[in-house]
Amino acid sequence: MIPDIFRLTFMQHAFLAGAMLSVVLAVVSFFVVLRRLSFIGVGVAHSAFGGVALGALLGISPTLTAVLFAVAVSNAIGYISSRGKLSTDTAIGIFFSLAMALGVIFIGLSDQYNIDLFGYLFGNILAITRQDLVSIAVLGSLVLFSTFLLFKELLFVAFDRDVAFVSGMSVTFLDHFLLTILALAVVISIKIVGIVLVSALLVIPGAAALQLTSRYPLMIAASVIIALTATIGGLFVSYYADIASGATIVTLASALFFGAFLIGRIRK
Amino acid sequence: MNRPSPLRQPDSKAIVELNDVWARYNEKWALKSIYLSCHPGEILGIVGPNGSGKTTLLNVILGLLRPEKGIVRLFGREPDKEGRREVGYLPQISRADRSFPVTVLDVVLMGLYGRLGLFRRPDPNNVQTAMKLLEQVNMADHAHRPYGMLSGGQQQRVQIARALASHPRLLILDEPATGIDSVAQEDFYELLAKFRDEQGVSAILVSHDIGVITSHADHVACLNREIHYHGEPQYCLSPEIQRKVFGDHMKVMLHDPACVSCSQRHRDDS
Repeated sequence: MIPDIFRLTFMQHAFLAGAMLSVVLAVVSFFVVLRRLSFIGVGVAHSAFGGVALGALLGISPTLTAVLFAVAVSNAIGYISSRGKLSTDTAIGIFFSLAMALGVIFIGLSDQYNIDLFGYLFGNILAITRQDLVSIAVLGSLVLFSTFLLFKELLFVAFDRDVAFVSGMSVTFLDHFLLTILALAVVISIKIVGIVLVSALLVIPGAAALQLTSRYPLMIAASVIIALTATIGGLFVSYYADIASGATIVTLASALFFGAFLIGRIRK
Repeated sequence: MNRPSPLRQPDSKAIVELNDVWARYNEKWALKSIYLSCHPGEILGIVGPNGSGKTTLLNVILGLLRPEKGIVRLFGREPDKEGRREVGYLPQISRADRSFPVTVLDVVLMGLYGRLGLFRRPDPNNVQTAMKLLEQVNMADHAHRPYGMLSGGQQQRVQIARALASHPRLLILDEPATGIDSVAQEDFYELLAKFRDEQGVSAILVSHDIGVITSHADHVACLNREIHYHGEPQYCLSPEIQRKVFGDHMKVMLHDPACVSCSQRHRDDS
């Protein structure tokens, strides 16, 4: 007998989406941790709210508008903080709240009252459609493939920016590339974990993996395994315990982080 | 009334040339009217106290900072990506995070990334090159250790190997002897001389340690926002230049094996 959890279409969608997202988030998280971009992740995730609301107002795909919003905000934060007058966290603070404010205005203007706001904020696996699976697969592959191509450049810039610049790397382009894939990873994860919680998955897999190894190929592998365990495990727990999936996934991921942290301490 | 142009005739043989360069951070001038050149196969030492603009000068040469005024030439052009690819660079303070998950070998291989170009990964030949360089800086035994576990001096040696990895025509080294003991320092300067003699590699190195530089550089420039001296190393130790560069309260500590008076005595003896 196949248990219900595998027979229900929405759970099949959730598992498939969760598995794909885990790999994407784990790889992006590798760079987020090494480049210390955690707070940008929070800002970009919240800016996606403005995008979702705009989609609802215009009656077009919220994923599309969320992608545009998140990519624009992410790059704007990078641009403004690279000009030197404002610190990165100031830039994030401004855009974060601006995008949320716009979101509230768009929702007020829209006459669609049936938009599932709570679902976007905290995740709703019941809402994952075939269309969503296609977006996750397409955008996720784009992120993974382009990161694979630019991997050594991204690694060098993360390690030693000035020397990377002198050896001929396009440092500014690579910065914006990273901010763009970060934004894409955030948007495709919203349906499962939600805007409020997605930034946790941009940090935890990489941070936990770094506790376990000091070699980057192993760190990426560990990051993927941790993200997959948290997502798939979280979906199981949330189904049987009947609790919100996004929150369960993030709680499980945090537990894995503390485990990894302890293992790292003990080994030192 | 027009002032005559302060620009000098360009020097076609120089690989680095600064012609009346002014640069500043915020309001304060860090560099004032700098004229400087470095030629193929030359080791140029730049000495000056902390805050004298040494690092700023290197940043201007590399194109990391745009000068307010004046002309900078790197291999005959404005500092650009192509020019920078010919440079091996060792920054003063490594920003690298100690927990960054790379091995010593990975770090040296990074020196080759710019040459490899997009989408290409290091191959076994590149690994061999990197290992050879690690041998030259006596770090081959550490190749597979995490970079963050090394001491400051060991990291410095690995960074020197990385700077050499791309077969640069010019090395730009900011306080290269930081954290290295005096024996390793001698090895390092020998290595520089070897690259200069065998491959014609030039080097611009910056230090506050005037004694060491004068005994290893072909030419020395004394910098304190302005260049107070540019020429043969032995004359930069004149009390007048010392006072201008380092101020009145400066005492030059000369120490073996870089002791300048000793090396001068050797020179006089021979």
